[in-house]
Amino acid sequence: MLDRAAPAATAALATVGEVWLFALKAVRESVLPPFEFRETVRQLYELGVRSAPLVAISGLAVGVVLSMHTRASLERFGAEAMIPAGLAIALVRETGPLTAALLLSGRIGAGIGAELGAMKVTEQIDALEATAVDSFRYLVVTRVVACVIALPILTTIMNFAGMIGGYLAETAATGMSLSLYFTSAFTLIDMTDYVPATIKTMVFGFIIATMSSYLGFTTTSGTEGVGRASTRAVVLSSMLIIVSNVILVRLIFFIFPEVAG
Amino acid sequence: MTETLEACETSARPAAPPAIAVRLDGVTKEFAGRRVLDDVSFEVPAGRGFVILGRSGTGKSVTLRHIIGLARPDRGRVFVGDDEISALDGPELSRVRRRIGFLFQNAALFDSISVGENVAFPLRRHTRLGEPEIRQRAGDKLAAVGLDKEYDKMPADLSGGMRKRAGLARALALDPDLILVDEPSAGLDPITADEIDDLLLGLKRSGGATLVVVTHNIPSARRLGDSLVMLHEGRIVARGSAADFDRSTNELVRAFMASQHAG
Repeated sequence: MLDRAAPAATAALATVGEVWLFALKAVRESVLPPFEFRETVRQLYELGVRSAPLVAISGLAVGVVLSMHTRASLERFGAEAMIPAGLAIALVRETGPLTAALLLSGRIGAGIGAELGAMKVTEQIDALEATAVDSFRYLVVTRVVACVIALPILTTIMNFAGMIGGYLAETAATGMSLSLYFTSAFTLIDMTDYVPATIKTMVFGFIIATMSSYLGFTTTSGTEGVGRASTRAVVLSSMLIIVSNVILVRLIFFIFPEVAG
Repeated sequence: MTETLEACETSARPAAPPAIAVRLDGVTKEFAGRRVLDDVSFEVPAGRGFVILGRSGTGKSVTLRHIIGLARPDRGRVFVGDDEISALDGPELSRVRRRIGFLFQNAALFDSISVGENVAFPLRRHTRLGEPEIRQRAGDKLAAVGLDKEYDKMPADLSGGMRKRAGLARALALDPDLILVDEPSAGLDPITADEIDDLLLGLKRSGGATLVVVTHNIPSARRLGDSLVMLHEGRIVARGSAADFDRSTNELVRAFMASQHAG
């Protein structure tokens, strides 16, 4: 058994090392010229703007459901007035960033894994190199930068849509006005709730783009490999987002103790 | 097994030796423990046609990939002109690659942009031409391969042969002085294959371009190749002109040439 486990463990460690080096290269080349502005803007549109409807609609639904659950819980204690504030804290601090990241790991992660995987097996990445274009900068760095920029913006859209969803649920249940709802919602949150939680989604964006690009770039075995790269991109990105979230929340509590309070 | 035939260029040697466009010096390459190239050496004089023959899986395409720096030798060196491309990286590697046009076996067109944009892509990246001039030049390259009406089509809308021709137009976009071609006639009807050969010959004769061609097609090899090599199990087993190959006593060369004649 050890005979079989040892090579598997070695291979797994080698892959982790490769991903780590790939990520470090992505960081280094993101900040060093030359920059691929045009392609980065195109990726911002493809990965960011085109994800906005998905995030907005999902946020709206999440807001409605969260509001209904919060109402069911707080009604027992006669604290219905706290529903907007409770919803806002839940959305802004955790539900919005994490839900947005997991949704986008599905849409963006699968897309990058499949697109780069298909480019790899059809030699399009080699063709880029053959036309004297740095394929890593052109394909990976542009997607990483676009994701790091897009995730906080999309998270903000999700938070806002979630608040709107919460308002719709509240106004349907109690007829609460829009101004009262938002005044109440923002009584318990401030920028220290919003900024760290939203900034951490930049890390989520980096994880999605880097992991998916790595899997696309290392695709083998034709179309079957493309499918596998796409699936793994979603699974591994989601898993890494959830695990890294634990560390990031701990870090936020350490840097911003008032958030933990 | 190795048979070295007299190369055709030795019989018509010019007064001064021609510049060397490509040189492989003892190149050895292994993939997953399998030796794909084993101590391969050859030189391609500038402005000449050089054809690499051999059965499938003998390292022909890997040789081309070494010449453009898509693969690195485990041992040995690869030169393009005076540049040791196997030792270059980053901007220096890009500088050398800009002088090389590469037609992939399956064309490898970028499938997210139109055929015309594929051809315009190297011009946008590496020239300071204005948009009208880029479009004009890309259109001219497409016209040269008979695809001037397909500028706005997507690669998926083209037949295999048309994709191959579009790939050639892209490879020629920057007017390279070294053109690497992987199986130019694979998947093409004989007439289109001849047209591609004519185009490549024209580039060599009038433009002075150097051709390195991987092919199974012996008629094509005869037309394009001033000199030929045959690879077998990663080693060069024969080299010389097409006439030398016809006279070869090497069983593999004879079988290869005979099978193609029959075909």
